Amino acid sequence: MKTRKLAIGGGVIALALAYMIYTGVTQSAVYFVTPSELQAAPVAGKAYRLGGMVQPGTLRWEPRSLDLSFTLSDGKATVPVRHKGTAPDLFGEGRGAVIEGSWTPEGYFKATLILAKHSEEYEAPHDTAEPGYKELMKTLRGASR
Amino acid sequence: MIPEVGSGALIVALALAVYGSAAAAAGARTGRGALVESAQHAALGVFGLVSACLLLLTYAFLTFDFSVRYVATNTNLGTPFYYRITAVWGALEGSIVLWAWMLSLYTLLIVLRHRHNARELYPWVLTVMLAVSAFFLLIMTVPAPVFERLSPIPADGRGLNPLLQDSGMITHPIALYLGFTGLTVPFAFAMAALITGRVGDFWIATTRRWTIIAWYFLSLGLLIGGWWSYHVLGWGGYWAWDPVENAAFMPWLTATALLHSVMIQERRRMMRLWNLALVILTFSLTLFGTFLTRSGVIASVHAFTQGTIGIFFLCFLALVVLTALILLAWRWDALAAEGELDSVISRESAFLLNNVLLIAATFTVFFGTVFPLVSEAVRGVKVSVGAPFFNQVNVPLFLSLIFLMGVGPLIAWRRASLDNLKRNFLWPVLIGLVAAAVLSLLGVGSALAVAAIALTAFVAATIAVDVVRATRARVRLGENPVRAAGGLLLRHNRRYGGFIVHLGILVITLGITGSHAWSVQTETTLQRGEHTDLGGYRVRFDGLNASEESNHMKVTGTFSVTNGRNLSTVLLPAKKYYPQEQSPIAYVDYRLGLLEDVYLVLGDFARDGSEATVKLQINRLVSWIWIGGAILTLGAALSIMPERRRPA
Repeated sequence: MKTRKLAIGGGVIALALAYMIYTGVTQSAVYFVTPSELQAAPVAGKAYRLGGMVQPGTLRWEPRSLDLSFTLSDGKATVPVRHKGTAPDLFGEGRGAVIEGSWTPEGYFKATLILAKHSEEYEAPHDTAEPGYKELMKTLRGASR
Repeated sequence: MIPEVGSGALIVALALAVYGSAAAAAGARTGRGALVESAQHAALGVFGLVSACLLLLTYAFLTFDFSVRYVATNTNLGTPFYYRITAVWGALEGSIVLWAWMLSLYTLLIVLRHRHNARELYPWVLTVMLAVSAFFLLIMTVPAPVFERLSPIPADGRGLNPLLQDSGMITHPIALYLGFTGLTVPFAFAMAALITGRVGDFWIATTRRWTIIAWYFLSLGLLIGGWWSYHVLGWGGYWAWDPVENAAFMPWLTATALLHSVMIQERRRMMRLWNLALVILTFSLTLFGTFLTRSGVIASVHAFTQGTIGIFFLCFLALVVLTALILLAWRWDALAAEGELDSVISRESAFLLNNVLLIAATFTVFFGTVFPLVSEAVRGVKVSVGAPFFNQVNVPLFLSLIFLMGVGPLIAWRRASLDNLKRNFLWPVLIGLVAAAVLSLLGVGSALAVAAIALTAFVAATIAVDVVRATRARVRLGENPVRAAGGLLLRHNRRYGGFIVHLGILVITLGITGSHAWSVQTETTLQRGEHTDLGGYRVRFDGLNASEESNHMKVTGTFSVTNGRNLSTVLLPAKKYYPQEQSPIAYVDYRLGLLEDVYLVLGDFARDGSEATVKLQINRLVSWIWIGGAILTLGAALSIMPERRRPA
């Protein structure tokens, strides 16, 4: 009898937790996409994490209005990005960045958060070779291989 | 020369650890004390050798020995003296050395403290401790050789990550690792109990204090990490649900569960299996956390480098879990509870629910942390869940836990009568309800904020009820009230230390609630002499100036801050330019206050100093987190001390 009660109680709690986790995931899941993946099938209003490299020569910063704009590229496709506010440390042209935000019907990516990616290891960046896009995308995705 | 000596010492230490582990096991099986004694000597030898390695590495850093790769990548000639010392454990290889050293220190402390009083368990405890040490020594020898040579020898090193050049980095890793490694001790005792079949209550009574010590350091490490994030990273937050933070938070949650469920086993001889499982889970989570942060499988702001090290940790983790499960299955029959749950309205059931909720929170954090990995493996798309997920699921769990924090310590064991409930909870419930009503009428914040504060009031009232009642009882015996209250703390320090920890959690809860509910921020570009207003403060930009520091350049903005009443101060946020970094690092300036912090981050600026972009935050009640943290660690320290109860 006691064990039965305990099992029922535990089952109820487990179900409640599963429900909370399920709704939490459906509400806050964010898809990681590359510029080519986004350009292939952009869905306006959907939340994305867009990873790529800030294309050199595209960074514009308007101090009075706090408008930041740049183009993010993965070597194959590019996405125009706009943001309100200062970019974080370690953000810059020719470097990797992950942008959280959404695609707008006007045809640009509206950023809500910019995560600059420097070498996530504490090791020296390889001074000679500019890391290729392929390697960069791996780092941004956090893949191990 | 030094690298060779160091590498050699590590190999000898590895051999000694393997030998000691085997000798202790053989001694336990054959009953030959000489073998166990020999294992003790091996433990001492491991401690000595790893200490020597740590010293050698420190010496290499102090003398700029760039022939050692690790030194060259983590320091340069400009690194100040004390950051050369913290650089020793600033990156992967060195952090493992520190880890192994602490493990060998704990092993030595076990030898000193339990050689005569841990009965049959002791040799097996030694076996497990030395086996775990051997694993870390293996890591230092094969996948992460700390003394690896670099050739050709560079003229200067690369320098320490500037974000780590902060005083928090001296204490944060030390505290955190003392917590992580400390959790090996209860695990070793649990394994020893399973191996010997002495799965009764002795092992758990012996390890309770070790668990609190580890918990104390883990809490301290998490708190210092939060403080570091708040005052270095410049986003005005203290917790981001980053995988690395989660890695440390999960064992903290399960260790917290353990500290509570131990009491049920001691008192009611229940939950033996549960407690063993919790110890094993907690230790496995420390390994899992190390795996997460050091294997590079998960992208994180402060993850370590990648390499083959991940596979070593994964294999060891699998070995640990498998061994533990086999042992549990083997001793299954001996693990039946003697006592049983009498009623749902009882202290046992409150503690049980506390444990279930803590495990639920652990699972949530685990799920959110590995979710990207799983979704990529299963569906081929990378989906992550961020802070909203963790907050949404965990906040209700944590609020329920706070409610239980009020109920658990006062409700009766076995079965609480209506009278018992009325006597303990009538006033606290009324106080909580009044607080909720008043806050709702004032309309001070969201429903969650109101609930959090009302629950805090409820729990604080239960603590007050208990302290007042116990003090009164002593006053009736003729003690004066101050002495009586002090006596409670000292003689029943385990119970009242626990209450102080709870009080600390309450203060932290208020800090987190306040900072989420009432903080405000703005970002703007100011001309020199121009000002901006936020939350009753006026911030004026007074100019920029550049300066050269020992190992970096610095551009400092001068901002005068006034609130029109009693405050007039100058804040100096800056940007630091380290030669080894490609871009500047923000240096936050702030004015901490009991109710609110003024927090200023310098953004972009015109080179002539005519204008600057600044991020201004008024962060409310954040200081309460640090104050609560201090209270919590004080309480934990108090409950570690031996009880000074006079014999009746």
